[in-house]
Amino acid sequence: MVFLDFEKPLETLYEQLKKIEQVGSEGDIDVTEMLKELEGRIKNKRKEIYSNLTGWQKVQLSRHPERPYTLFYIKEMCKKFIELHGDRYFQDDKAIVGGIGNIDGQTVVIIGHQKGVNTKMRQYRNFGMANPEGYRKALRLMKLAERFNFPIITLIDTPGAFPGLEAEERGQAEAIARNLFEMAQLRVPIVCAVIGEGASGGAIGIGLGDRVFMLENTWYSVISPESCSSILWRSWDNKEQAAEALKLTADHMLSFGLIDDIIKEPLGGAHTAPEEMAKTLKKHLKKAIAELQEMDPDQRIMARIDKYANMGVYDTIPKDTEPEGRKK
Amino acid sequence: MGWFKRLKDGIQTATRNKKEAPEGLWYKCEKCKQTSTRKELKENFHKCPKCNYHVRIGSAEYFEIIFDGQYEVLFDDLIAMDALDFSDLKPYSQRLIEAKTKTDLNDAMAVGVGKVHRKPLVIAAMDFQFIGGSMGTVVGEKISRAIDHCLQHRIPLLIISRSGGARMMESAYSLMQMAKTSAKLSLMAKAGIPYISLMTDPTTGGVTASFAMLGDLNIAEPEALIGFAGPRVIKETIKRDLPDGFQTSEFLLEHGFLDFIVDRKDLKERLGDLLGFFHLS
Ligand SMILES: [Zn+2]
Repeated sequence: MVFLDFEKPLETLYEQLKKIEQVGSEGDIDVTEMLKELEGRIKNKRKEIYSNLTGWQKVQLSRHPERPYTLFYIKEMCKKFIELHGDRYFQDDKAIVGGIGNIDGQTVVIIGHQKGVNTKMRQYRNFGMANPEGYRKALRLMKLAERFNFPIITLIDTPGAFPGLEAEERGQAEAIARNLFEMAQLRVPIVCAVIGEGASGGAIGIGLGDRVFMLENTWYSVISPESCSSILWRSWDNKEQAAEALKLTADHMLSFGLIDDIIKEPLGGAHTAPEEMAKTLKKHLKKAIAELQEMDPDQRIMARIDKYANMGVYDTIPKDTEPEGRKK
Repeated sequence: MGWFKRLKDGIQTATRNKKEAPEGLWYKCEKCKQTSTRKELKENFHKCPKCNYHVRIGSAEYFEIIFDGQYEVLFDDLIAMDALDFSDLKPYSQRLIEAKTKTDLNDAMAVGVGKVHRKPLVIAAMDFQFIGGSMGTVVGEKISRAIDHCLQHRIPLLIISRSGGARMMESAYSLMQMAKTSAKLSLMAKAGIPYISLMTDPTTGGVTASFAMLGDLNIAEPEALIGFAGPRVIKETIKRDLPDGFQTSEFLLEHGFLDFIVDRKDLKERLGDLLGFFHLS
């Protein structure tokens, strides 16, 4: 088990638990009561820690090395799934995966960022940072879905689009922009869920949809807390502050009207009970798809565009502002 | 709260009656370091008369260069709100007041409607002076409303981008303007109304990755920096130097992302020619 810094009290309790189990296994002492008591304490401590997470702690959880990724969810949710590769222009991006699958009888196209599960795979997946061909593969698969009237599911989990030299040469900006433009007009339902990190253009590049969900311990922001800290505070040390200032948690995003719902995670985070998490996610996705399929495609597209058109807050200068001194 | 009054002044100065920058008689070029008079500079479309460097001008100058005389400024009553109560080394609300005071602008974009060679055109132009031309809700909302105006009156749209990217102090609100502007542009395409994107120095981040790259025609001023990630970030990522000319207009043209590069002195003429090809009823 991997414990994050704020989970240290849990780690201590788990160490005790292990010791008692050891003693128990040697058979001289009956430890049943002690184990029961300790498990109770672990449960309470976990509740205590998780009932009040800061923005930065949620960022840490969203990056937990044991957190489930796109391909895990696909495997859990789909009876059958076939991964499809390549953008047909340049190459196959390993940081975005996609394919065609079957969720309880409904054929869907699922696309998502994919991080690696170990050191070697993390490299292979480029840490979930896609190149232009990743976004173009995603669009190709979405067009395939549209052609055959399959709903689209996208799972978002990226620290950002890859800021590389070749990515610029091949048009990273154009690839992301094109996806936003095309996704706005797709004639099939689009349901998106942030399952980990939702960083900036790299996230929204597959994230424009009729319904957008966030898992409880994920984040969505225009910039990562670290980069924000380095630019606005001119130091890498203010990431906790930046995470608070950016108001990047699911709760904030829902209150701003920028996402449609929050999907609860098991206590302790998605990684503590990944199968259960996948079941919950599947339930939400299925429900959203069923609702959206009731709508006429043109209506659905207009509602989608209207939803985004209404995002943001601004003020207006009153037309008849009186000069300062005369205001009551 | 003295800034309310200033804002009202700003509406006028930012548009029709803006005076030449009062920095004196002389202009020293950032690129070739030679001096010219302000008058020479202005008569040369705000380009260095010695080396043709395109000075970073704002919305008011573009309106003056492109429109046939008269034009109307739209949606200038929109102002940013510090909805997140954002504060880094300085509160965002403070930054907004300072930017308004410094620039006499209301935000980083102005929208004007007028004519070019007697053909109607809506121009949405960014002002880099205002918090680095960053895109917050006001920029997104102005583009969205400019598009509504174009759809309603069947008028082509020109967006002139000059931006450091998203406005961090508006966090996800800012990010969603990428989706908002791109989604709205899809309605222009559907209605068969042309959208021309002019990229100027610099055009980066979320602005490039949304409306700037989505023109039916993508054009740029010479030697502009255009990209998604900033050069410094890329250098840190790949840990080697970037080739000369990387992320310039010329680089983008070579790699297939621009239709052409246009010198500012030819801009109005080229736009007039382009608009002449489209017949909107
Ligand atoms: Zn010069």
